[in-house]
Amino acid sequence: MLHIDVDNVSLLYDTPAGRVSGVHEASFGMEESEFLCIVGPSGCGKSTLLNIIAGFLAPTSGEIRIGGKVVTGHGMDRGIVFQDFAQLFPWRTALENVAFGLEMKGVAKAAREEIALKQLRLVKLEKFARSYPHHLSGGMQQRVAIARALAYDPALLLMDEPFAALDAMTRDEMQRLLAEVWRETRKTVIYVTHNVAEAVYLADRVVVMTPHPGTVKTEVPIRLSRPRDPLSVEFLEHQKQLMRHLSEQAAKV
Amino acid sequence: MHEDFPTASTRAPALPWLPAGLRDRANWWVVARTAFPFVVVGGLWEIVARMEVFHRRLFPPLEEVASALVRLTAAGILPHHAIETVARLLAGFGLAAAVGVVIGIAMGRSRRAEDIFLPLVSIGAPIPGLAYAPLFMLWFGLGNFSAVLLVAFVSAFPIIVNSWTGVKAVKEIWIRSAQAMGADDRRLFRLVILPGALPYVLTGLRLGLAQAWRILVAVEMLAAVPWGLGWLIFGAREFMNTDVMLAGIAVIGAIGLILENLVFKRLEEYTVVRWGMMTS
Amino acid sequence: MSAFGAGARSFRRAAVTLLIAAAIYESIARSGYFAAALLPTLPAVAHALWAMLMDGTMLRHASYTLYRVMFGLGLAVAVGLPLGILMGRIPAVEHFFLPLVSVLMPIPSLAWVPVFILWFGLGNVTTILIVFYAATFPMLLNAWSGVRSVNPLWMRAAGAMGANGHSLFWKVIIPGASPFIITGFRQAFLRSWIAVVGAEMIAASAWGLGWVIFDAKEFLNADIMLASLAVIGCIGFGFERLVFGSLERATVLRWGMVRTAKG
Repeated sequence: MLHIDVDNVSLLYDTPAGRVSGVHEASFGMEESEFLCIVGPSGCGKSTLLNIIAGFLAPTSGEIRIGGKVVTGHGMDRGIVFQDFAQLFPWRTALENVAFGLEMKGVAKAAREEIALKQLRLVKLEKFARSYPHHLSGGMQQRVAIARALAYDPALLLMDEPFAALDAMTRDEMQRLLAEVWRETRKTVIYVTHNVAEAVYLADRVVVMTPHPGTVKTEVPIRLSRPRDPLSVEFLEHQKQLMRHLSEQAAKV
Repeated sequence: MHEDFPTASTRAPALPWLPAGLRDRANWWVVARTAFPFVVVGGLWEIVARMEVFHRRLFPPLEEVASALVRLTAAGILPHHAIETVARLLAGFGLAAAVGVVIGIAMGRSRRAEDIFLPLVSIGAPIPGLAYAPLFMLWFGLGNFSAVLLVAFVSAFPIIVNSWTGVKAVKEIWIRSAQAMGADDRRLFRLVILPGALPYVLTGLRLGLAQAWRILVAVEMLAAVPWGLGWLIFGAREFMNTDVMLAGIAVIGAIGLILENLVFKRLEEYTVVRWGMMTS
Repeated sequence: MSAFGAGARSFRRAAVTLLIAAAIYESIARSGYFAAALLPTLPAVAHALWAMLMDGTMLRHASYTLYRVMFGLGLAVAVGLPLGILMGRIPAVEHFFLPLVSVLMPIPSLAWVPVFILWFGLGNVTTILIVFYAATFPMLLNAWSGVRSVNPLWMRAAGAMGANGHSLFWKVIIPGASPFIITGFRQAFLRSWIAVVGAEMIAASAWGLGWVIFDAKEFLNADIMLASLAVIGCIGFGFERLVFGSLERATVLRWGMVRTAKG
């Protein structure tokens, strides 16, 4: 049985102009511990699909199964990291933010602080455990957000363009860090991005989505060994391949 | 923006009676510079008073005001009035805070509550609080009960409106993150919505306190209650005791300043400023 | 749901709430529990209002009050606006006036009424001065904040394009500070309104909406009181929507510069 199964999911919006399709019959599957990237231009419905998987939106038709169970609303089997650094709670220190999920699970204070500290160590921020978010830079805040989403051990990690708002150098650093974290934790990850190079760097498999209507066009496996070299020939080949898929659709529009 | 107290610019001096300012070593210049306008105004006042441009009783020199201050404090009169006023303030404001925050938050959380209360609040708010005073006096008589009720009624409005706004301003992204991490409605409310709305709630409480203060002093002047700083000032008019009146005004100003700085500033600094949700 | 649909639904709900509140009040008033003089029925209030409008007294009271508000507000703007702007531009001015402002502001304007009565007597002068005192602070502080908030980038860009002191001031600083200035004006108006009613209650000698309410208490005329309250509310509301709303629309809203927190 597949670990994650997205089965013919569609979402229709009601707008003043009539019904608009946000996502149209998207389907794909995932194995455990796989790193999947969803790539596409704006308006292709990738973030919408992620929100459906997260349980914040209900699909108009189709269903999503995780480990065989149908998804109905949000749950602690999924962790989520948004693009906006302001997702951290400003009234809690970094440590307290990371411990939040554990707090919800009912873990005792000493135990959850220990686990939270371990997560912060994983993202190399243990020194800032007692700092408030507004004292941390954007990249650091995103690292805390990742630690927070991992702390309570969800089966699936969902990430919605988490590094898009960072400068290029920080972004590269964060991608390397994420690859390391994933190697250590072997989580199943669905990562949404519009940055093709980023997808090739991180993913085992890339799902290409195209807009009008938002649908899955194709899937491209990336069989490169890690750590990956963004300047190698194979890397660039994969990039070109993906860009071709994307621009074909753009030309059609 | 705090509409009731100036937000000092980065170039403005730390006012010397705020604790933070005194810590600075090179503060002499700042202290002198802050005291300067008072010296100028005080000097002008003294000149006008001593030249007896106006009748001495109407325009007393500062030393007479100071001596009235000392005299009344020593006799226990001034403290008595001050305590009465402050007690009414705390009672009225406390009531307004308790009720106002609850209503405001309910309005933010429940569409139904909002639909019920918003029209009532919108109608009541533009009417100056003091306009209700004679009505309250008619309905509840003179005395402390009536005064406290009026203060509570009037200062509740900014508290309600700001608490309501605060709850609605809680970021969707915090709510989603918390829900994704398993927070149920109760814990969501306690751990995310309340702290998230805090900057607005504090602003509302601050505005409410300023309102309560203003209206209390005025109500006391309408002779609705025995004792109280407003009553003291108004009463002194009969005997043209301007020195007493100015002393009373000085005490009113001092209390207002203390409430603003010692209470609210501290509260804000411990919470929303520390969390970076509001600049100090 | 479209924004328009939601707005209409809120309006309907608001109307329903008000009708229910009015009905509850009316039933209490008619129940006979309270004397008719204390809790007049709504028709009685409407009657009192109508009577006062017809014989011109309401109009006269309202015009006295408005006159005092306008005069006091005018003074407050004439003094507070330039002073606030100067405080924002010239550090020496700021250093001189800010301590004075900080000390005077916590003192409620009405605390000065007895002193002003001694100095200027009962009546117009005192009332107008109290309004002036109350309205100056918000005007001044907002003008000051507004000038300080003008984005330095705009100043540099204008300077690079050859704007000198005079045009820089009028064409960059004033428009740039306008959201704050308008908010200051709005808050000043609210404060004057509150101050005028209070001052009239304590210091006016014969005319004015505040005076009417206070005087009506002596004769247990709750119907006149409520009628006057209604008039006060309407004028305040009308000004808010008509004057300030359109002022905002013509300037800052059109330029996309709305401030998030409203007074």
